Amino acid sequence: MSLTQDTFAFVADVVRRRSAIQLETGKEYLVESRLLPIARDAGHPGVDAYIREVRAAQREADLTQIVDALTTNETSWFRDNTPFSALRTHIVPALRAERPVLDTLRVWSAACSTGQEPYSLAMTLSDVLGPGARFDITATDLSERVLAQARSGRYSQLEVNRGLPAPMMVRYFTRNGHDWQIAEELRRTITFQQHNLLDLPPHGPFDIVFLRNVLIYFDLETKRSILSRVHRVLRPGGFLVLGAAETTIGVDHDWERVPVDRGSVYRPVQAGAVPSPRPAPSTLAGVVPGTTPAPFAPATRPGLARPVTASTTTTTFPPTRTRPTGSAFEQGVTR
Amino acid sequence: MRALVIDDSRTMRRIVSAALEELGFTTLQAGDGQQALDLLESGEEVDLACIDWNMPVMDGLTFVTRVRANSAWRDITLMMVTTESEHGQIVRALAAGAHEYLIKPFTPDAIRDKLDLLGLIPAEEHV
Repeated sequence: MSLTQDTFAFVADVVRRRSAIQLETGKEYLVESRLLPIARDAGHPGVDAYIREVRAAQREADLTQIVDALTTNETSWFRDNTPFSALRTHIVPALRAERPVLDTLRVWSAACSTGQEPYSLAMTLSDVLGPGARFDITATDLSERVLAQARSGRYSQLEVNRGLPAPMMVRYFTRNGHDWQIAEELRRTITFQQHNLLDLPPHGPFDIVFLRNVLIYFDLETKRSILSRVHRVLRPGGFLVLGAAETTIGVDHDWERVPVDRGSVYRPVQAGAVPSPRPAPSTLAGVVPGTTPAPFAPATRPGLARPVTASTTTTTFPPTRTRPTGSAFEQGVTR
Repeated sequence: MRALVIDDSRTMRRIVSAALEELGFTTLQAGDGQQALDLLESGEEVDLACIDWNMPVMDGLTFVTRVRANSAWRDITLMMVTTESEHGQIVRALAAGAHEYLIKPFTPDAIRDKLDLLGLIPAEEHV
């Protein structure tokens, strides 16, 4: 079964107007696969018939459901892993080096979907900042539906199986019937709010912004405009973390790329400064006089007996003055 | 990478093995903890063991304890793959020395995510 051009054009237009996400020709399969279950629920044999009814009825709820179905993505805990190990080994140590008395660390998790990313951030920050850690996370998404689940902090068995390290699971989750409930102490650190990336950003400034696997959906102009909004709410010296397949390079020149681990993070270039054409190894060298940058040490992963494959970058970083990766609990029980 | 799949259900061994082979592992199989220990003692080398909890002869928890007691096997990553899903059981398995815990039923993606956490996904599998 395939969609008519007319159906595809209508859906693409609704999605673009409401989320700025571009569904290019060739994405018909995506429209078909995401909307078919909804069409069937509504009693239609296929997506074309369903869209004909949607267009005739002009109900707000239908349009919301369509945008939701096409813009929300599967997500997992500690997705891609690298950004979370970068948080432990580079980002937090660099922020600490630059601000020895670190007040409340503020993080924005943009397009947070059902909450796995902000909760993974909260688990990592609790761990790396230690007891009495002060941080708050603003987590936003376009869809109220996914935010409702995120706020509830309740996840099915299948959802907790996706990338949640077992030591974190026993530490921060309790069983609730067939589901798992995240600890209130973590939930308290996160404020969930509905937000469209094209609107004014949430109230900053932030030290860290996670904006992952979002830019890939937008055209160049929109990418540029989203990045400039993020730039405005990111504190000087802050960090932007994008998805593994995303970059600011060739999109927006106000960012400097810093290679970490197997990926990259980005720092805002200050107004008036000339961005260097190549990533400068010194960008992470914190302003701590008299310290010699130590060679990058590969991270070890919680619950793993041996170090992860060393990075191929030769970038140097300030000495890591924080505790070793992994909590005492993890080390105690898994080694 | 080489994985040992330990489960008394042949179907489950096949499902887990297929998911691992999809990720580039070669696999060998055992029907209970004792058979698995015999394989290791005979000199078979593996990077990963996926272990069911409830099995005849020797259960998964005992197998984990026995492997952890032998320093020659300290580099083997141990992941429980079981229907046992009580909070206290996960704690017991980790305390005995399991690195990870995957609750059945699971999707192939879930195995992949866990192996990624453990640093056992070959680099070329990364996007």
